[in-house]
Amino acid sequence: MRNINGGIPAGLSPDAPRLVTKRPELTMLSRTADSLYWVSRYVERAEYLARILDATMRLTNLPSAYGGAGTEWQSAVSTAGCEETFAKVYGEANERNVCDFLTFNPDNASSIRNCFALARSNARAVRTALTSEMWDALNGAWLELQRFEKKRMDREELARFLDWVKNVSLVFDGSAYRTMLRDDGYWFSRLGVYVERADNTARILDVKYHVLLPANEQVGGSLDYFQWTTILREVSALTAYHWVYREAVKPLLIADLLILNRRMPRSLAACYENISRFLDHLGDAYGRQGPAQRQARKTLANLNNTRIDDIFEHGLHEFISDFITENNRLGGTIIEQYLQ
Amino acid sequence: MVAFDEMTGSGAELRPAYDALDRWLKEAPPEMLALRRSQAELFFRRIGITFAVYGDEESTERLIPFDIIPRVLTKPEWTKLEAGLRQRVTALNMFLADVYGPKECLKAGIIPPDLVYRNACYQLEMVDFKVPHGIYCHIAGIDIVRVDADTFYVLEDNARTPSGVSYMMENREVMLRLFPELFAMHRVAPVDNYPDQLLATLRSVAPRSAPSDPTICLLTPGQFNSAFYEHSFLADKLGIELVEGSDLLVKDDVVYMRTTQGPKRVDVIYRRIDDDFIDPLVFRGDSVLGVPGLIGAYKAGNVTLANAVGTGVADDKAVYSYMPEIVKFFTGEEPILKNVPTFRCREPEANAYVLDNLDKLVVKEVNGSGGYGMLVGPHANKAQIETFRRKLKASPEGFIAQPTLALSTCPTFVASGVAPRHVDLRPYVLSGANGISCVPGGLTRVALKEGSLVVNSSQGGGTKDTWVLDA
Amino acid sequence: MRIRISHSISYDYAEPARHITQILRLTPRDHDGQHVMSWRIEPNIDGRMRSSQDAHGNIVHSFYADGPISALSIKIDGLIETVDLAGVVRGGIERVPSEVYRRDTLLTTPDEALRGFALEATSQADTPLSRMHALMDALHTEIACVDASGRIGIGAAAAFAAREGIAQDIAHVFMTCARQLGMPARYVSGYVAQSDTLPHANGAHAWAEVYFDDYGWIGFDPANGLCPIDTHVRVAAGLDFADAAPVRGARKGGDGENLAVLVSARETDSRLVNQ
Repeated sequence: MRNINGGIPAGLSPDAPRLVTKRPELTMLSRTADSLYWVSRYVERAEYLARILDATMRLTNLPSAYGGAGTEWQSAVSTAGCEETFAKVYGEANERNVCDFLTFNPDNASSIRNCFALARSNARAVRTALTSEMWDALNGAWLELQRFEKKRMDREELARFLDWVKNVSLVFDGSAYRTMLRDDGYWFSRLGVYVERADNTARILDVKYHVLLPANEQVGGSLDYFQWTTILREVSALTAYHWVYREAVKPLLIADLLILNRRMPRSLAACYENISRFLDHLGDAYGRQGPAQRQARKTLANLNNTRIDDIFEHGLHEFISDFITENNRLGGTIIEQYLQ
Repeated sequence: MVAFDEMTGSGAELRPAYDALDRWLKEAPPEMLALRRSQAELFFRRIGITFAVYGDEESTERLIPFDIIPRVLTKPEWTKLEAGLRQRVTALNMFLADVYGPKECLKAGIIPPDLVYRNACYQLEMVDFKVPHGIYCHIAGIDIVRVDADTFYVLEDNARTPSGVSYMMENREVMLRLFPELFAMHRVAPVDNYPDQLLATLRSVAPRSAPSDPTICLLTPGQFNSAFYEHSFLADKLGIELVEGSDLLVKDDVVYMRTTQGPKRVDVIYRRIDDDFIDPLVFRGDSVLGVPGLIGAYKAGNVTLANAVGTGVADDKAVYSYMPEIVKFFTGEEPILKNVPTFRCREPEANAYVLDNLDKLVVKEVNGSGGYGMLVGPHANKAQIETFRRKLKASPEGFIAQPTLALSTCPTFVASGVAPRHVDLRPYVLSGANGISCVPGGLTRVALKEGSLVVNSSQGGGTKDTWVLDA
Repeated sequence: MRIRISHSISYDYAEPARHITQILRLTPRDHDGQHVMSWRIEPNIDGRMRSSQDAHGNIVHSFYADGPISALSIKIDGLIETVDLAGVVRGGIERVPSEVYRRDTLLTTPDEALRGFALEATSQADTPLSRMHALMDALHTEIACVDASGRIGIGAAAAFAAREGIAQDIAHVFMTCARQLGMPARYVSGYVAQSDTLPHANGAHAWAEVYFDDYGWIGFDPANGLCPIDTHVRVAAGLDFADAAPVRGARKGGDGENLAVLVSARETDSRLVNQ
């Protein structure tokens, strides 16, 4: 009987393969990239939901003479993009129902709770691709969330909760920024942030575009003023607005800020500048450009070459609808090109 | 039954290897030990189990208790153990190559053929298939128990997907951090080269057609598997991708992983999925964990699976009882490590003895696992014994029996202070085209309940660091 | 008897499949009772087909195709010459010892009812061969065989409890009982030529084979209540259906699968064939 290599110490065998010392090429499992991308998207979405609720609460706090048509909560559901599910679960869009639906409702696939749950489960599946700081931020948030879930949510508690959600997103985003290696993993995670953010900003505009239209603009002390500032609050840009334009709040300028102004981090233009940049990094590192790069560049060029007057002239609503479709298509292309 | 104690032997005399440790323990205030233990637990939560589960609603996993007092083996003890392990694993590999190939050991009557042929772990797909480099069991975990100063028994061979090596490494890591003074007093052989050795082993068994820098990955059933933590730990330490079945794709008998740069060819798969679930086109069709076509690629010689498919036939409980004969037949040497004396109930004389002594013996079902279908005579009531008597009479070939063993004890820090508790040892043996290697020591498991012989983590077992002293 | 077989297996997918892998055990081999005169397997889409043999000696084709695939059809055409050997299977390839076929599998796990039935049905018989015939006869009357195409097998114990099953189930019940009686038994998939005398001769069929120390392998068709004759074309054998299945497949994408199977196995006039 032949003795199977018995007795030869490891490494001394003459035909042991020589270890090659070279830097491994940059590549990662599609599933890992996919999870990193979605972790970021879900965290970003949770923050967005918190902002919508926060801004809506403020708006409905106003005496009715300043408020809108009493449809603020319905509008919050539309902005969150889950009207259908909401209609199935609840009848009326009032404060209690909408807050419950968008915060803790387990049946709403994109409630804040489920966003965190999905972010964490994606993170857990690719735990080693995250830095421990990022993991701690998410895992800690998940534990804390369960504490909140047990509490009775009055307005005060809800406000605290919403602040906390925004804070989790800041901490997670900050840990990613400060601790991740600048390689494909980081780029995919950033892509998730900006594709989601572009979608969110566009959705706000899609639901609220009518209050920005010139026909609705009344001279002096408009009731719509509070609707406009609500939009700015939803993207945390009220202060930024004044710094940028040094003018009273005007619909045209709000649209300009949210769509075309690259200084504004949540504008569509800023999102696409980032999307395009990170896709270029990927294209360079992998030595191959694809449909995602081409699509992103086209959208960016479009945003760079358009003036806000043109958009209003051709129809704000059409512009935003087209943008949402294009942005979704890009999401699909990124998945197809890299994440399957 | 007085068990041999690792520190004091059979009497009250201190064994030399424990000299320094004993002095240190005597000086250490219990509060300090308690503090270090809680620090150790914190450390495990942070580096180890943190991501496995805690705070998870669907989780059933816990931290496995860690005991801060190490188990110490001397160099001569380890040298003998290691020689025995190498011999045993060599024989396991030769046995596997034989039963899937020429079947000399069956022809020679070393082991009854039906134990192999009727064994569900004997994978027909592997018959007459030549595995890359002739190695089947690349990673083995051999469970060892000690009964006196010179006698180590093999309790069980784990030739499929043995786990626990991450605990071996992290136990050492935490000890180094918490007790640097102890390491200054002892010359402890390191274990942290295990990942390098494992990687070298995996690289050495790449198919001959693979590039000199083969692509290796670790295949896990996923994050809900109880050993997922270990899978990601090892993938991380080895610097290889941790893949799930859905990350792999077989095309034209070649395995690829799906990456952001498109499909990338895979040469070696360290798989931690059981045979039954590894390829739904060949084994269980309802498995969603596996990779369709993987066995096709394997048999086409385009990928190495570690361990090979079908190694389970070598660590089966019924085959176990023949291991001494198997070792002798294949290596031509007397076995260095003994088996626990085992009665094969398929032999009428043995069965008669077993039936007469059910209250003293441990009876195990040959195909049972995880403690099911097991009778621990001294701890069983009348009804349980009678149930087994009926089973043994109806199908004796389904059972083996062993005497209850006095596993050695080792000082352990428990609620009442430092007290002896029963331990076993699982060393890990790697076999590649580059030879056999085995890091000194292994994983010591300890039964934390007083008098308990069950070291299993699911039943109150913990772990200890295992030291092999260099001098 | 000369039998012409044409068999088509067609899939279509609501969502196109990105990738398809199939393991096909659809090719018969020669043995004393059958001679394969011609045999073709043709998928209607491009892909790679590799031929190999499995542990039981079956001819296995691995088929890989890349998408998008919205429909796939595999056509089998063949001509077989058979002789009636009263079920004896000789002159074929045997790659593993008969002992292997005493294993229980997922689909052939015995329960108390099956154990009891096996003993009771064979209590009067005194040789292994007569025991197996007694078992087959008892099963033939005990369990109803249904010819529902598209129905999926449910395993021996469940089928026996229901006293009803497709040919596959009945073969499993028979094998399970045979193994309980200490006999090596295996599953056979194949075709049965249309016949006026056989109740279940609708093309694709399944039966069992039992190993006797004195005679070797002998077929038993408990659904029809007889040993296979020259109407039976043997294609693949294994520990159970899963082990000998005509097609095992996996795909990426391709949601909304729709399967259609057409089989015909008919006696054919030799003069027509030779033209």
